[in-house]
Amino acid sequence: MLQVADLVCGYGDITAVHGISLTLGQGETMALVGPNGAGKTSFLMALAGHIQPQSGTITLDGETINTLAAAQRCMRGIGLVPEGRRIFPDLTVMENLVVGGYSRPRSEQTLNLDHVYDIFPRLHDRQKQLAGSLSGGEQQMLAFGRAMMARPRLMLVDELSLGLMPRVVDECYAALDKLVAAGIAVILVDQNSDAALAFCSSALILESGHMTWSGLAANAPESLTH
Amino acid sequence: MAYEIVVLTNMAISILFALSLNVITGFCGQVSLGHAAFLGIGAYTSAILSKAGVPLVVTFIPAMGMAALVGLVVGVASLRVRHDFLAITTMGVVFLFTGIVRKQDILGGEIGIAGIPAPEFGRIGLLVTALLCVLAYLLFVIRIRKSWAGFAFDSIAEDEDTARLLGIHVPRFKLFAFLVGTAGAGLAGALYAHQIRFIGPDSFGFVESISVLAMVIIGGIGSIWGVILSAALLSALPQFFQIIDDFKLLVYGLLLFGAMRFAPDGIDGLLKRLFRRAGGTR
Repeated sequence: MLQVADLVCGYGDITAVHGISLTLGQGETMALVGPNGAGKTSFLMALAGHIQPQSGTITLDGETINTLAAAQRCMRGIGLVPEGRRIFPDLTVMENLVVGGYSRPRSEQTLNLDHVYDIFPRLHDRQKQLAGSLSGGEQQMLAFGRAMMARPRLMLVDELSLGLMPRVVDECYAALDKLVAAGIAVILVDQNSDAALAFCSSALILESGHMTWSGLAANAPESLTH
Repeated sequence: MAYEIVVLTNMAISILFALSLNVITGFCGQVSLGHAAFLGIGAYTSAILSKAGVPLVVTFIPAMGMAALVGLVVGVASLRVRHDFLAITTMGVVFLFTGIVRKQDILGGEIGIAGIPAPEFGRIGLLVTALLCVLAYLLFVIRIRKSWAGFAFDSIAEDEDTARLLGIHVPRFKLFAFLVGTAGAGLAGALYAHQIRFIGPDSFGFVESISVLAMVIIGGIGSIWGVILSAALLSALPQFFQIIDDFKLLVYGLLLFGAMRFAPDGIDGLLKRLFRRAGGTR
């Protein structure tokens, strides 16, 4: 479904990612592992269309999407759960979800809302509450739900467990499980590399912008992941 | 009676003006320190045309059009700057506007334009027209709020970067807000020119821009009803109490400071808190 070939991207003169290649099939999961500043977030942002690649290609379902704007990639099925969740605290849970669905036609809204509430019943119970009043785990679920409103087939998840209690982290992984069960492919970045590697089928290890290893998550060399 | 009509007309114009800024600053979160420039553009356009014999109501369209055209240019500039830089840029717009007007003989230069014809339908007619304009604009603004994409503005006002991450076309919404907001100010300007029947560069300066921003902040940024209430109060008070008129800027400044320090959500937030407490919930 997703092919990335020799992707180079960065900010201005600074190159953050030097030549990453990967292939991801329908419903597959991949962990991006590496220390701070390895280029994980930059890579996700390049996939989502928020930084322009300097060279290389990104292909989604056979279509090169390098030059497409973020909104168009969203419409083609790339969803993003940003680092730090970044929900809108002064909007209600439901309003947050509605905002997530603006790249889809209006007629789908009810259907998509029901779909999200199906996966995360807790969001349904709290739909009228201000998002800022949710707990950290619920906020992460809301961030998932908000991205789900755009009906993604590929979900980019940045720093899943950042700032969450261990018990809540388990809840988030359970939530992620539901997305995978629904046939959504996931590229996951998590500071907790053990959890990410245990969850994902394949892994890609980055270091200062270079790809140092890739393969099955189970075979990831411990020396590189810690 | 005549005096009350003047006060009410001024009130309606202020409400329209404040509502128009509320679209840009309230709905879309783009602070503008130069909104009076668009009031001025509308006023000058309407005044010149009306002196040339065009009926007042017809001048509304070019007044709104000119203001919106310049508004669109400022809007395009605003796509590149944010927060403090946007505030400075919009402040520049109002200084630029008065600066240019002062040097143009066609626009009356320093002296301004006097002898703007009285509206053909008299004072009461002007009041009714102003009220109808407010009503039409209000309905339009409520429609935007309640529309399907209404929350997109909220999301941009709250966190522009995240809105972008979610695939919301942020520039489109910003330009739309600038277009609607500046057109509203242009309409208010056309009414203003025919209410006072004299306009000069001093009527559309930085101070007026801050005054209208004060109305929006005191009313509650983004709150339609709060802004209407505060615009009505703040425009009427100086006309009933001479002392407030004498110290108008001081009063506005104090209210602005008070709102920012004690009630950042303005009158709207205060009332909501009061009702919530009275209702015993929360």
